[in-house]
Amino acid sequence: MSVLILIDHSEGQIKKSSFEALSYGAAVAQQLNVSAQALLLGTVTNNLSDLGKYGVSKIFQVADETLNAFDAQVYAQVIAESAQLLNATVIVVAQNQTGKAVAGRVSVLLKAGLVTGAIALPDTSNGFVVKKSVFSNKAFANVAIHSAIKIIALNPNSYSVVPTEGTATVELLSIKPKEAKVKIVSVNKISGEVPLTEAEIVVSGGRGLKGPENWGIVEDLAKVLHAATACSRPVADTHWRPHHEHVGQTGFQIAPNLYIAIGISGAIQHLAGVNRSKTIVVINKDPEAPFFKAADYGIVGDAFEVVPQLTAEIKKLKG
Amino acid sequence: MKILVCISKTPDTTSRIAFKDNNTKFDESGIQWIINPYDEWYSLVRAIELKEKDSSVIIHLITVGTVDTEPIIRKALALGGDEAIRVNADSSDSYYIATQIAEIARQGNYDLIFTGKETIDYNGAVIGALVAELVDLPYVSLATKFEVEGTTATITREIEGGEEVNQVQLPMVVSVQKGVAEQRIPNMRGIMAARSKPLKVVEPVSAETLTSCINFELPPAKAGVKLVAADNVAELVRLLHEEAKAI
Ligand SMILES: Cc1cc2nc3c(=O)[nH]c(=O)nc-3n(C[C@H](O)[C@H](O)[C@H](O)COP(=O)(O)OP(=O)(O)OC[C@H]3O[C@@H](n4cnc5c(N)ncnc54)[C@H](O)[C@@H]3O)c2cc1C
Repeated sequence: MSVLILIDHSEGQIKKSSFEALSYGAAVAQQLNVSAQALLLGTVTNNLSDLGKYGVSKIFQVADETLNAFDAQVYAQVIAESAQLLNATVIVVAQNQTGKAVAGRVSVLLKAGLVTGAIALPDTSNGFVVKKSVFSNKAFANVAIHSAIKIIALNPNSYSVVPTEGTATVELLSIKPKEAKVKIVSVNKISGEVPLTEAEIVVSGGRGLKGPENWGIVEDLAKVLHAATACSRPVADTHWRPHHEHVGQTGFQIAPNLYIAIGISGAIQHLAGVNRSKTIVVINKDPEAPFFKAADYGIVGDAFEVVPQLTAEIKKLKG
Repeated sequence: MKILVCISKTPDTTSRIAFKDNNTKFDESGIQWIINPYDEWYSLVRAIELKEKDSSVIIHLITVGTVDTEPIIRKALALGGDEAIRVNADSSDSYYIATQIAEIARQGNYDLIFTGKETIDYNGAVIGALVAELVDLPYVSLATKFEVEGTTATITREIEGGEEVNQVQLPMVVSVQKGVAEQRIPNMRGIMAARSKPLKVVEPVSAETLTSCINFELPPAKAGVKLVAADNVAELVRLLHEEAKAI
């Protein structure tokens, strides 16, 4: 019996959400008194034995290069076969782009109950109950898994990485991936930007900024904070900013450590995408803006005056 | 080409979320129901666009739900689609629901199965993957663009910090989101036409439920905002650094 954690990667690098999954899976294993093992499909440049720091003792690798290109069907087959071979009873994946495509397929292959969007360790005192986010972060549901094998897809930024002491050993698994039916034609990464869903800090702008030409102050602030930039829906709809920055109920749902909202009113649909952020700062000239009710810190003021000052003060702090 | 579009009913985005019966059930009183925005704005509209380009395309809508989902499916038919199928069942277990959709998918021999990227109530983001495995088809999730040429689909999908372009031979399953199409408003003609479109009701096949929802919780209320004067930005930075430890 073991907890098996999927190590997800892109361009040779392990994703941040996978480190969270490793820490989470290690904690689940400890809770169940079984071993925590990780599974890597394809190859990465990270030092694998270092992953022991996240609480896993053993890493199984299917080192087939074809697995560096993602096809949900192939991944699911390899994960399911590995899980059976290793007698895994709990499988943990990050609820990221890979997890969303693959967890359901593995669930079918193993007849394993799946909870997606988990935000806390399972309650194993009476059965196996996982807390997940529902109603676009406006509530949580406690979901019981009844099957022998259980799959948890962990929401990004929901579980802190807990580094421990230790190194992991790597063992190769010889599983033959089936032929991929999805052909990757091109990959287009927006270079130099922090990916929104993985960002620790997000600086977000709304219609209060009046037009795309005014986004310089948002970008400057984001730069000093190494933050990702985001926006409200009307801002993306009017093409002031690209679609991939749209957060909210119908955009990305994010949970950074710090969310700074500039000139955003705080409509319920917007809040649904950001209210799991640990700390929320609102800058709005209207003291009645609903966003202040959901904020931790706020400044009632004109963004065009406040934001450049904020950038300057943070620069000072960072020396 | 035959397309199956999955339609789900969700509470309106402005709904007050509350629970009843000791927090075991969603409190539906006063709730306005809508078509899940991802299903309506992107999935269904993209299917309709494909039909507008090629009138031989056939669009079927499917929903798994009790009779009270019918107004929603009629609303979807008002936007477009040739007929709808309602599987008369209710469950919060996605495996159970996907099994019902897969059954219809097998019988109908569809070239394309569209789902929204997730529902805005249970936020499972999983039906597409489950259906794809149940019917053993390729699956691409989180599509932001979807084109089809003959039997080859070209899909742009979201990845961390960028996008990837995939090519897949039909049949396939795809989950879609913003970018794939633009929201449409149903017009009077569509609403009238929807009334006479076939809505088939079928009974569910037996399927396991692998999970069950025990109860719900609401997040703890925020402590309240700390306001800092606009001419004292340095104080905000101090608070973020020392108190919130966020920077
Ligand atoms: C079904 C549905 C789904 C939706 N999904 C989303 C979603 O996913 N994400 C989303 O964001 N929205 C969503 N919306 C839209 C949402 O209801 C709001 O309309 C939207 O969030 C408002 O965007 P905003 O705050 O940028 O603009 P506004 O509401 O126009 O607010 C602008 C704010 O800027 C402030 N302001 C103006 N000038 C300044 C200045 N100089 N300095 C400081 N502040 C200033 C104003 O006081 C105001 O509060 C959805 C709506 C529906 C119906």
